[in-house]
Amino acid sequence: MAKPIGLEVSLAVSEAVRLCDCDVVAAYPITPQTHIVEHLSELVANGHLNAAYIPVESEQSAMSSCIGSSAAGARTFTATSSQGLALMNEMLYIAPVLRTPIVMAIANRALSAPINIWNDHSDIMSVRDAGWVGLFAENGQEALDLTIVSFRVAEDRQVSLPVTLNIDGFTLSHFIEPILLPTLEEVAAYLPPFKPLVKLDIAKPISMGLLGTPESYAESRKATDDVLLGSLSVIKKAFAEFHKAFGREYKAVETYKSDDAETVLLTMGSISETAMTAVDEMREKGEKVGLVRLRVWRPFPSEDFLQAVSKAKNLAVIDRHISLGVPFGPVCLEAKSLLYDAPARPSVTNFILGLGGRDVTREDFKEITQKAKALSGKSQSRFDLIGVWE
Amino acid sequence: MIKGIDALMKASDLPDAFTAEPGSTLAFKTGDWRSLRPKLDREKCIYCAFCYIYCPDGVYQDMGKDEKYFKPDLDYCKGCGICAHECPKKCIEMVLEEV
Amino acid sequence: MKAYETPYAKIPNNKAFPRGLDSLASGHRACQGCGEVLALRLLLKALGTDFIAVSATGCMEVCTAPFPQSAWRMPWIHVAFENAAAVASGVESATQILRKKGRGPDKRIPVVAIAGDGGTADIGIQALSGALERFHENFIYVCLDNEAYMNTGIQRSSETPFGANTTTSPSGSHSKGQTTWKKDMPAIAAAHGIPYVATANPAYHLDLMNKIRRAAAIEGPAYLHVYAPCPTGWRMKPELAVESGRLATMTRIFPLYEVLDGLYVINKKVDSPKPIEDYFKIQGRFKHLKPEDIAYIKKRVDSEYEDLVRLAETFPVPAPIAAEG
Repeated sequence: MAKPIGLEVSLAVSEAVRLCDCDVVAAYPITPQTHIVEHLSELVANGHLNAAYIPVESEQSAMSSCIGSSAAGARTFTATSSQGLALMNEMLYIAPVLRTPIVMAIANRALSAPINIWNDHSDIMSVRDAGWVGLFAENGQEALDLTIVSFRVAEDRQVSLPVTLNIDGFTLSHFIEPILLPTLEEVAAYLPPFKPLVKLDIAKPISMGLLGTPESYAESRKATDDVLLGSLSVIKKAFAEFHKAFGREYKAVETYKSDDAETVLLTMGSISETAMTAVDEMREKGEKVGLVRLRVWRPFPSEDFLQAVSKAKNLAVIDRHISLGVPFGPVCLEAKSLLYDAPARPSVTNFILGLGGRDVTREDFKEITQKAKALSGKSQSRFDLIGVWE
Repeated sequence: MIKGIDALMKASDLPDAFTAEPGSTLAFKTGDWRSLRPKLDREKCIYCAFCYIYCPDGVYQDMGKDEKYFKPDLDYCKGCGICAHECPKKCIEMVLEEV
Repeated sequence: MKAYETPYAKIPNNKAFPRGLDSLASGHRACQGCGEVLALRLLLKALGTDFIAVSATGCMEVCTAPFPQSAWRMPWIHVAFENAAAVASGVESATQILRKKGRGPDKRIPVVAIAGDGGTADIGIQALSGALERFHENFIYVCLDNEAYMNTGIQRSSETPFGANTTTSPSGSHSKGQTTWKKDMPAIAAAHGIPYVATANPAYHLDLMNKIRRAAAIEGPAYLHVYAPCPTGWRMKPELAVESGRLATMTRIFPLYEVLDGLYVINKKVDSPKPIEDYFKIQGRFKHLKPEDIAYIKKRVDSEYEDLVRLAETFPVPAPIAAEG
């Protein structure tokens, strides 16, 4: 029986990339993602990972190189954060249409300005329409496991789309946690060799990245959206087989004490563990509160989400990003739009917290629960920014 | 199968990854862009290949060592006149395309 | 092996000009008399189809690959405007590691990045510099320089020559057109210490084709700066694309040379240049220039050519190879 080892979460992600026998890593340093790529270059330098490490001169080139490498048939990984993700923006919209199954870890960090290196979700939220599969990890073991799942999902020929694995910068990426490392053989049994859907091959040339005129652009975007929406079943299957192979179970939408809950909190990422503790403490005092977490952010797991929240009286949606100029955060907007047509729907409130690395505590979730209950049945005109000094 | 630019395709019929087959622009005839057509005087032609070499559209075909000349494929010739201008023997004349 | 000693399959004369299928098919939508697509056709033909091509956004990409068609007969990819060098870096690294891991062809596969002057000297210079500095073994970068943003409608770039009229450097009562001198991209590429830099011109077709063959043979990154006459953007008759190329070299405006491991060879010596006016008068973009403007340009063109001659004299490629080249 394998024993967990103490490992920094960033390094666990790199170790997962090694276990997946990745072929090409193209990356540019940015805090707080650096430990991932530092460790990967070390693994390559010491012969533990037989990969090409391309030390590119920017994130824009990192993503460009990844698209080229993936299109040429190599299993490809990169990692970034915040401004780096923003600099990749143009290429992020291209990779899905070219069906290049790149896996990218994002150590989520706030976007400038003001410049800030700490955690929130403004980076990933700014590219939510790009067409990537998006997964969120909550702890170190999940970060490692989901890296392996990401390659499996990305490279499934029914999907063949790039995947972002979101791990909260610092609050998850830099923590040392007890983590179980699977063996190379176990991972190889779970993750089949990469057989690209399309590929730049001198034996069978094709052309990729064509001009889409008004006669074909809409169809091409629709076709990509169809594939992304269809990837949910592949993700669920990959979770199920991961469970069978490694004994750890993941779901598109995770629930915690939410079945009989009057008030449900909705979270994504590492704050979920804090929220669980808060739920436990509130439950002890008789509060009928529960937690729903989105593990899969893209494609949005609409049915699982509706099933998880529709019985509740109150739903408090927690965002980690302000969509400037809109009264509600991006996760809340999606929740509300899906619930609008639901036969029974909870009263939805929106809370934004933990921006730019502001601590998120159990007390915050308790405050949110009370506020959500107080607002029940009333309409909230704008999100409530928890802990803001005004 | 090569389809023309006007061949509308359903989203479900698009090739994976929006790709195209190599050399498939052959389905698009650029010959109708032309207003002038190259006319070769084979008497003067020395089979030097400059028309073949300098054609931006690659329309000249080598007729071989017996025929000893290059013939433009009028399906694609855009009528730019580089061949006539570059011909060292001035044996290509650009003549008005009659419709 | 030294770059200048690297053997390659040289095309000695027109008789040996490759006669097989073009690597770029007809049916592309380049303008009538496009000198850029001519250069591209010749470069690709010189390499055959056993390589991978990467295009930047631009005229050549748009006119060759409108869905569902493509003129390219080798594997080809286009991603965006500024990143051809970075995409090619990824493709090159992938082919190398897949070869090493036994999952790809067991041979060198040249990866050729192709971009215009804007995609090279302006928006793409960072990606290019990064790729050259990283010293990818099978990496060839081709700049097809038509001296402005032609695909978007003839806007000036840093490669637009002094005095040229473009839609964003128009000549007028207070302007002579482009006010800045052409950015010296081959020198910038050579400053990366790469084994091979060359200029080429489709009017000198064998020289052009041999240069990309040489680039493919040499281990390490190569940069080709290729003159790409644009009748549409230069306001020139379409039949003059090749003629303008010849004049560009014979007036010393676009000298043909190679830099092999830092050693210089001038491929076409121009001891007595043709009158520079001959080059200007066939192009509408220069028609506003006054004799004093032309005199200024001529002085600087000659001075730059003489600098090049001095470089070739100071850092020469050993004589037999230089003569052969």
